[in-house]
Amino acid sequence: MSDLLVVEDLTVTFPTTRGPVDVVKDVCFTVGSDETVGIVGESGSGKSMTSLAIMGLLPRGAVTRGSIRLDGTELLGRGDKDMRRIRGNQVSMVFQDPLSSLNPYYTVGLQIEEVYRAHKGRSRKAARKVAIEALEQVGLPDPERRVDYYPHQFSGGQRQRVMIAMALVCSPALLIADEPTTALDVTVQAQILRLLADLRRESGTGMVFITHDLAVISSIATRVLVMCRGEQVEYGTAEQVFSDPRHDYTRMLLDSVPRIDDSPIDEVMS
Amino acid sequence: MARYVAGRFAGIVVILFLVCLFTFVIFFTLSPDPALMICGKTCTPERIDQIRGVLGLDQPYFTQFWTFLTAIFVGRDYGSGANLIHCAAPCLGYSFQTNQSVWEMVVDRLPVSATVAIGAAVLWLLIGILAGLLSAVKEGTWWDRTAMGLALGGSSIPNYVLALALQYVLVVWLQILPFPSAVSFSDGPVLWFQSYLMPWVVLATGYACLYARLTRANVIDTLAENFMRTARAKGLPPMLTMRRHALRPALTPIATIFGMDFAALLGGALITETVFGLNGVGKMAADSIAKNDQPVIMAVTLLAAFFVVVGNLVVDLVYTTLDPRVRITAK
Amino acid sequence: MSEPLLRANELTKRFVSRGPLGSKAEFVAVDGVSFDVRPGETLAVVGESGSGKSTTARMVARLTEPSAGTLEFEGEDITTAKGATLARYRANVQVVFQDPFSSLNPRHTVERILMAPLVYQGIPPTGGKRAHARELMERVGLDPGHSQRYPAQFSGGQAQRIGIARALAVHPKLVICDEAVSALDVSVQAQVIELLRRLQAESGFSYIFIAHDLAVVRQIAHRVAVMSKGRIVEQGPVESVFGDPQDPYTRTLLAAIPRINPEWDRRRREGSPR
Repeated sequence: MSDLLVVEDLTVTFPTTRGPVDVVKDVCFTVGSDETVGIVGESGSGKSMTSLAIMGLLPRGAVTRGSIRLDGTELLGRGDKDMRRIRGNQVSMVFQDPLSSLNPYYTVGLQIEEVYRAHKGRSRKAARKVAIEALEQVGLPDPERRVDYYPHQFSGGQRQRVMIAMALVCSPALLIADEPTTALDVTVQAQILRLLADLRRESGTGMVFITHDLAVISSIATRVLVMCRGEQVEYGTAEQVFSDPRHDYTRMLLDSVPRIDDSPIDEVMS
Repeated sequence: MARYVAGRFAGIVVILFLVCLFTFVIFFTLSPDPALMICGKTCTPERIDQIRGVLGLDQPYFTQFWTFLTAIFVGRDYGSGANLIHCAAPCLGYSFQTNQSVWEMVVDRLPVSATVAIGAAVLWLLIGILAGLLSAVKEGTWWDRTAMGLALGGSSIPNYVLALALQYVLVVWLQILPFPSAVSFSDGPVLWFQSYLMPWVVLATGYACLYARLTRANVIDTLAENFMRTARAKGLPPMLTMRRHALRPALTPIATIFGMDFAALLGGALITETVFGLNGVGKMAADSIAKNDQPVIMAVTLLAAFFVVVGNLVVDLVYTTLDPRVRITAK
Repeated sequence: MSEPLLRANELTKRFVSRGPLGSKAEFVAVDGVSFDVRPGETLAVVGESGSGKSTTARMVARLTEPSAGTLEFEGEDITTAKGATLARYRANVQVVFQDPFSSLNPRHTVERILMAPLVYQGIPPTGGKRAHARELMERVGLDPGHSQRYPAQFSGGQAQRIGIARALAVHPKLVICDEAVSALDVSVQAQVIELLRRLQAESGFSYIFIAHDLAVVRQIAHRVAVMSKGRIVEQGPVESVFGDPQDPYTRTLLAAIPRINPEWDRRRREGSPR
């Protein structure tokens, strides 16, 4: 397994009225070409900023230091034109809220076609065929008809399937999923997690999976990075982080996770 | 959809009826006797009675209102015998001060008002939206601050001040433009354009400033939407991202406001037309108010109401094609 | 078994939307829901989005009128109660909402927020406003010295504690928690759940705990009602609903919950006795 993405000493700094603030500090991790790395942390941990830094989509004014290499080539410091050729093509992203992440004014077909056409330069007709195939691949029934639907005509889970189809239509080497199941119901979440794992395996795409939910991470990631206030507190294989956490913060997080299989209520009541 | 449109039409008829009733009540009960106004200086009681008879003012209010309403559809006659004046349908009344059917007066002047409105609309849409767009994209820069400062200033200048200032500078001082007069297109396109240029600019200024600020606010809001982040994450070319993903959502609400503003202007730009002496519906309204020519005032009020309610309907129908979310629920 | 504190009988909520020409579309959000809440117990109502759980909570709190069915509180029918009866009911039944910040007035100090329910109910605060507010803050684990601060000066977890303290100000017999811990980070969530349980053990009031997260419900509920499409598909003691679910929907729901790899979890717990 080769290293697809190598992130070294990544630091993201935001200027504020009270001086510069590091929202991400010296983060290091690698993603193999056929694995899922989970980044887990609570709100304000810098996990989403890390993913936006990889995409080159940080808000204006943010300063990045360190190194982000994709297949050996440095991404940091590249011009916007270069990054545009990479985004959606070699690295693509799925976001938390699929309803607001899709443009309500256009059919999902058009929104999938436009990525394909921007990167592969194919005709509208060819792109439409690819879009229908992509919708079929993510398990949307009746894709020939639904390709002409607008986002509001889908359920939450279906919309996230559309987002995934859109992210995978150019067969990227790396997929970044930022809290892709947080806004979904638990039964839908299970379906989307399975879909992401299956598609990743079939296509040999590397995946960065960002979430606040340790149980979700445990079910999907091979390696785990735990972040807290911009810092990397723990990084290792999922088995090591979950069975033998080194850092107190990780232990505290793991202890906080509510468990469905045992109930502490008797301990208190007795 | 068809049911929806039918329902809206029924609503429009009701609103227009209420506007008729309201203007009728106001003008025929609160303002001076129209017969007195027509009668002039050498007035005798017999003459007044005669005029009242011709106008139908001796009838009960209800009958008068009914006659007024039916005249719109079938026309009516004033007086009898040799003095008979026929007002053909659609009859909005007869002005005895100008000795003309009000409908004919409106038909005469509407093209002028429409020319003023259309020209101004083209100007303010172009300038307002472009300036707003640039300001939004360059948010916080000197351009943005200057443009928005000007927009705020521009929308606070009264039209007549701007009109008089423009006339002084362009006509009296620099003598670039001829003194404005009622010119029709057949008098030559250059002269026509020159005489309408100032009214267009004056009318467009306030709207352009307002639209620039609206466009800027809408575009900035849209640029912050999650789907814009998605568009960037897809690596789309910036122009496509802007044109397709930002502009349509940002400008759709503006199309709505534009429809309403434009419809209202078809009912006459009172101040601009009066200042530049253009014989439009607006100037007609101003003149008739000055002379208390009640049939004309009523007709102008009705006409404005008509344009506004119809404009409203058109805007709502267009909106259902602009925003797919509305399209589905309207079915 | 003691008398129920609250009894909901066949509660139904229909929403009717009217088209432009009087065309009617009816949507049944809650469809004949019945349950009891006994004194001192926690009844959890769980379900996915659109299951009707929040509408049920709103009906119980008398924030929305039921279309059909009855509500009894301590044996008294309060379905359509008005005036003094309703005011008494409102003092007995308090609500804690999901988003702590939007449910706290940002321009009021914590003391004013905490005393507001007393003011509405016309109950004099014990030992004066300041003392009562400080006592409430202490009970929910907030620094009583911060009673003059504004909501924005608190973290999400602290703000939710303010919401809980406000609910406790009038000594309610029933507290409705509508997704009260859903928006919180997991470490903060664990603390707030612990707080809710401690308060119940101290004061003996009942909870109706509305949540979509079954693992959270497991930590706090005595009994569970599982809702789907406006109906309760299964209800019973937490051990039997979670341990031996009867309804296929409950089973699907339980199976879908992501779990930390049990093998890894066991090794961690054995490795570090804490």
